[in-house]
Amino acid sequence: MSKPTVIVIGNGMVGYKFCEKLISRSNAYNIIVFGEEPRHAYDRVHLSEYFSGKSADDLSMSTLSWYTDNDITLFLNDPIQDINRVQKTVHSSKGITLGYDYLVLATGSSAFVPDIPGVEKEGVFVYRTIEDLELIKTYAANAKVGAVMGGGLLGLEAAKAVLDLGIPQAHVIEFAPRLMPRQIDSMGSSMLQSKLKSLGLNILLNKSTQCITGDHKITGLQFNDDSVLPVDMLVISAGIRPRDELAKLAGLHVGTRGGIVVNEKMQTSDEHIFAIGECALFDGMIYGLVAPGYEMADVVAAYLTEADKSFKSFDMSTKLKLIGVDVASFGDAFITEPDCRTIIFEDTHKGVYKRINISTDGKYLLGGILIGDADAYNMLLQTVNNKLVLPPSPEDLLLGARGGAESDGGAGVMSLPDDALICSCEAVTKGAICDAVNNQDITTVDGMKKCTKAGTGCGGCVPMVKDLITGTMKANGLYVKNVICEHFDHSRQELLDLIRINKIKHYDEVLDHYGRGDGCEVCKPVVASILSGLWNDLIVKQDVIQDSNDRYLANIQKGGTYSVVPRIPGGEITPDKLIVIGQVAKKYNLYTKITGGQRIDLFGAHMNDLPQIWEELIDAGFESGHAYGKSLRTVKSCVGSTWCRFGLHDSVSFAIEIEERYKGIRSPHKLKGGVSGCIRECAEAQAKDFGIIATEKGWNLYVCGNGGSKPQHAQLLAADIDSETCIKYLDRFLMFYIKTADPLTRTATWLNKMDGGMSYLKNVVINDSLGINQQLEEDIQGLIDTYHCEWKEVVENPELRKRFNHFVNAPEEKDPNVQFAPMRDQIKAREW
Amino acid sequence: MATTDTLTNTQWVMACFTDDIPDNGGACVKLGDEQIAIFNFKRRDEWFATQNLCPHKQQMVLSRGMIGSTGDDCDPKVACPFHKKTFSLLTGECLSGDDYQIKTYPVKVTEGKVYIGIA
Repeated sequence: MSKPTVIVIGNGMVGYKFCEKLISRSNAYNIIVFGEEPRHAYDRVHLSEYFSGKSADDLSMSTLSWYTDNDITLFLNDPIQDINRVQKTVHSSKGITLGYDYLVLATGSSAFVPDIPGVEKEGVFVYRTIEDLELIKTYAANAKVGAVMGGGLLGLEAAKAVLDLGIPQAHVIEFAPRLMPRQIDSMGSSMLQSKLKSLGLNILLNKSTQCITGDHKITGLQFNDDSVLPVDMLVISAGIRPRDELAKLAGLHVGTRGGIVVNEKMQTSDEHIFAIGECALFDGMIYGLVAPGYEMADVVAAYLTEADKSFKSFDMSTKLKLIGVDVASFGDAFITEPDCRTIIFEDTHKGVYKRINISTDGKYLLGGILIGDADAYNMLLQTVNNKLVLPPSPEDLLLGARGGAESDGGAGVMSLPDDALICSCEAVTKGAICDAVNNQDITTVDGMKKCTKAGTGCGGCVPMVKDLITGTMKANGLYVKNVICEHFDHSRQELLDLIRINKIKHYDEVLDHYGRGDGCEVCKPVVASILSGLWNDLIVKQDVIQDSNDRYLANIQKGGTYSVVPRIPGGEITPDKLIVIGQVAKKYNLYTKITGGQRIDLFGAHMNDLPQIWEELIDAGFESGHAYGKSLRTVKSCVGSTWCRFGLHDSVSFAIEIEERYKGIRSPHKLKGGVSGCIRECAEAQAKDFGIIATEKGWNLYVCGNGGSKPQHAQLLAADIDSETCIKYLDRFLMFYIKTADPLTRTATWLNKMDGGMSYLKNVVINDSLGINQQLEEDIQGLIDTYHCEWKEVVENPELRKRFNHFVNAPEEKDPNVQFAPMRDQIKAREW
Repeated sequence: MATTDTLTNTQWVMACFTDDIPDNGGACVKLGDEQIAIFNFKRRDEWFATQNLCPHKQQMVLSRGMIGSTGDDCDPKVACPFHKKTFSLLTGECLSGDDYQIKTYPVKVTEGKVYIGIA
C-alpha cells in the first residue's frame, strides 16, 4: 500500500517548518511541496540582513539536499493555480497535476499596498522577498532620498534596509500618531523616534499619503495636509495581506477582510485542506509572526499523526532589535489604569523607556513595553506567562535590584516551573532544556540548538537558554560546599565565630571540638590566621600550624634560604638606618633589592642566621616587616605636601600613622595600602586593598583594589573625610574583612563575591547597617593594643632561637646544600 | 651510638633527643651526609622519618613542612612548604598526584632519645 500524499502549497518559513515537524513525527506520508519563489524556503524575519552582508544561502532554512534526503518532492518557481476539491488534485502553472490526500495551504501573505494613485510608478517597491530586495538594491544606487511607508514592525525593518543601502536621506511615514502602533504606546514611540532620529531616520507621523507624484518615475509624496515630501524612492511596508486567492477560487471559506478561515486544528471548511501561517484566519485574527505560524504547523503535523494538539490564541509578545534599538512588547502592553497599575521608567539620556503593567493588587505582572534596553524581556515575559508572584517592590523588575547588587539572572530562570515556555518559536519548555542537560549531557547553547531546536528561531531566548544550562549544571555539578578542608565542615567565617564565642586559643582544641582527623596544611594556617585575628598571640607559640613563612618569620626562597624585610613605614627611612641595612647585608652576604612596597628586601639568609640578623636590625631600631605573613605589608606613599609643589596634605605622615596602626595584624590574606597627596596618585593607592587620596577638603578613601594577576581599581568608600573619620572607617572595613573573608581571599575578590557589593559594604561600614561597628572598632583596637614585634620576642628567647637551626643534632652547621651563583656584583639562588 | 636489631638487620642510629623535635611538627637531623626529616606526630603519639629532600624541586625542606592526615583512614602526611606537594609518612608515596617517591625510615623512641632505623 502506498503512502498517503500530503501536498504543501507554499515554501516559506511556515511551509518548511511544517515539513520538518511532520517528518520528525512520522514517515508515513509522501510529501510534495510547491513553491512560487525560485528559492527554497529562507528566513524572511532576518531579511534586512541581506543588505548587511548575509547571502541568500545564509538565510536559507535548510540546504536544498535536505528535501531529497527526506524524500520530499520540491517544485520551485511553480505556483499552484487551481485546486480540484472533488478529485482531490492540484494543478500547477507549469502543468503538473497531482493528487493529494491532505492539502496544506502555507501561502503566506503579500505586502499590503494601499490604494494610492501612483503606486505603479517606477521607484516604488514592496518589501517582502529576496527578489524585492534585489530590485530595491539596484534602484537605490542612484537614489538620494528614500522613504518607507509604514512605521510598524515591518516598516522599520525596511527602513533599516534603506539605511544599510546607504541612501543619504531616509524618511519613515506612518499614518498613525505613533510608531509600531500594535506593539508600543506613545511614550515608547517618542523614545524610539528620538533614537531612530539620532541614527539618521526622519520620522513623519500622522501622515496620510494622498498620491505619489512624478511622471512615470516617483518624485515625491503628497500628503492630506497638502505638504509634499520629495523622494526618489519609496518602499511600501504598510502591512500584510493574506494570500487567500487560491482558497477563494477553490470555494473555501475566507474572511471578509481576507484570510482562510480555520478551526483549532487548522482545518479549513474542507476537512482535507489545512491552512497555516499568515494566510490562516483563526478566531478572526491573522497571526503575522513566525512563532504562531510554527505552532500552527505543528498542530497540523500532530493531527496527521493522530496526536492531540490544538491551536490556542497565541502570545504575541515580541522582542526585536530594530535598527540597533531594542524594542519589546509583552503580555497586555496597553492595559491602563484603573484596570492595572502602571510603572514607567524613562531615561531620555540613554534612550530607555520601560513600562510594566501590574495587577491592581500588585501581585502579578500583566504586560509591558521595553524600548532601548530589553535585557529583562525574557524574564518579564516568563513572569507574565507563569503568573509568578511579584516581589514587594515590582519596580526592581525595571531597575534591577538597586544597591549595586549583581544581577542574578541564573537563579531567576531556575525558579520557573518546568512547563514554562522558553523558546516560543520552537515550543521548547524549561523542562525540556534541563532534561537535555541532565540526560544528554548538553552543556553548550550550540548543543542545545541541535538537540532541542531551542533558540533556532528568532534567537531571543538564547540568553535564557544559556542561563538554564549553567543553572542546571550548577545544580547537578559537584556542589562545592564552602568548607575549609576535609577536616572541617565549616567556612572560615563560621569557624571564626565558633572560636571567638568559645574563646578557644589552640589549634588542637579547635580540631577536637569542630573538626576530625589530624588536620592538614590547609586548615592549620587558616586556624592560625583566625586565632591571630582574634587573640593576637605570638604566632611562634604555635609554630607548627603556621605556613613555612610564618613559622620561620621570613619568606622561604629558591634553594631553601629566606629573605628578610624590615618594616620601613610609609617608605621613609633615615640615612643611619639605610647604612645599618647595608652593613647587615654585607655581613651575611645578602642580595638586596628595593621592593614594590617601598622597602628593602634582603635575600639569601641561611635559616641559622635569621635570629642574628634580626638581633642586629632590632638593635638599630627596626621591626619585623611581616612580609612573611598574611597581614599588613606596607602603606606606600608619595612624598606629599611637605616637599611636593602639588601636594595637598602630608601623605607620608598619614601613611606612617596607618602602617603603624595596623602592622602585625593577621588577616585572611595580605593587605597593602597607599596614600597619595593629591589626585596625581603617585602612590598608586587605587591599586591597593585600601587607598587614600588627598582632596581639597580632606581624604577620599578607596577600598578593595588589587594589582597582581587580576588588577582591579579600588572603589570609593567615602569622599572628603577627615583623618579621624578615615581611620574609623578603615578600622571597621579591615575588621569586617578579617572576620568574614574566606581564606586567602584578597579584599578585591571578597568584595566581588559580596552580595550587594560596594553599596552593601558602605552600608555596613558607614551606616552601621549590621549594628556591629562598635564591636568591629573594639576588636581591632584590641589587636592594635596587643601588637608585638615577633622577631624581638624570638631574638630575646633562647628556646625560640633554637628552632632556627637547620640540623637539630648539629646546631652550628648550616645546610650544605645551599648554594649561590654570582650576578651583577651580588648573589642569586642556584637554579632548581 | 648505633645498635643493630638482629632479627631485621636494621641498624638503629640515634638521631636526636625527643625535645629537639616540636610537637606535631618536624625538624632535620644530619646522619653522615644524609639529611633526614623527623616528625613528632604527638597528636597520634607516633614518630615518622623521611628524606629531607623534596623530590619536586630538589629542596632540603620537608622537615619544615606541615604534617597532617588525609582520607577516612587518616593516613599521615607531610606537605612541602614550597609548592605543597604532599607525601605519605608511611609509604613515602606522593599524594598530590605526581610520580614522586620519598624514602621513609622506621623510628624508635626510648628514654628521650630518637633512633632512626637504617636498613
